[in-house]
Amino acid sequence: MKISAIKELLDAEVLTCEEGLDKHVYSACGCDLMSDVLAFVKDQAVLLTGLVNPQVIRTAVMMDMVCVVFVRSKAPSEEMLELARDSGIVVMSTEKTLYTSCGLLFSNGLTGVR
Amino acid sequence: MAEELVFRFDVDGEDFTSAGQASVQVKKNLRQLGVDSEVIRRVSIAMYEGEINMVIHAGGGTALVKVYPDCIEIVLEDHGPGIKDIDLAMQEGYSTATDTIRSLGFGAGMGLPNMKKYTDSMDIESTVGVGTTITMRVNCQEVL
Repeated sequence: MKISAIKELLDAEVLTCEEGLDKHVYSACGCDLMSDVLAFVKDQAVLLTGLVNPQVIRTAVMMDMVCVVFVRSKAPSEEMLELARDSGIVVMSTEKTLYTSCGLLFSNGLTGVR
Repeated sequence: MAEELVFRFDVDGEDFTSAGQASVQVKKNLRQLGVDSEVIRRVSIAMYEGEINMVIHAGGGTALVKVYPDCIEIVLEDHGPGIKDIDLAMQEGYSTATDTIRSLGFGAGMGLPNMKKYTDSMDIESTVGVGTTITMRVNCQEVL
């Protein structure tokens, strides 16, 4: 699924790296526990989370993830956005909850990590 | 293992928000050296978990990353409280982290198991009241 499709499905606002909207993601992870993300996620994935601190972006960097979506309109700091820009990660924010966001992506064909 | 390139980092134990900076830098350095992307991924994840552990549990420490022709070695050294029971600490889900750390997305007892999972070898030397040194290696082909 293209990141641009995720943006449309979640009615999300793009906060960084808009030029990356044409990239594809092949799996998704909805999680507030970064240790689980580090244990199970494959690359080219999108991370959906309600956790807001710089470790979210660093975790995404370590996992070669290409997109992070903050749910329930959580607002990342400028420091976090700068970290994301530095690694070319598309950061978005949606008003939807984590459950709803994951459900929308799953039901439109973006399954989870196997 | 004659030739080696060494990167050294001080890990600040006072600031959780800056934890992981060394791992991000190592990832960039290894990419510049042309190291295989899967090797970089494994090294940086293992080091990142170790770096977080040093900040959470040990008040910081030092990280050495040695690039050998056939492997990458990560040595994490701290002078924290030490690990009382290493076998217990290696179990997934076992953690002594505080609720504050859990609220930040870590402290789920996955750190050491993840470090072992992503590396080809891992050795823990720890003395209670003295500190901990963890040495990890990820094998690779002809880096230097």
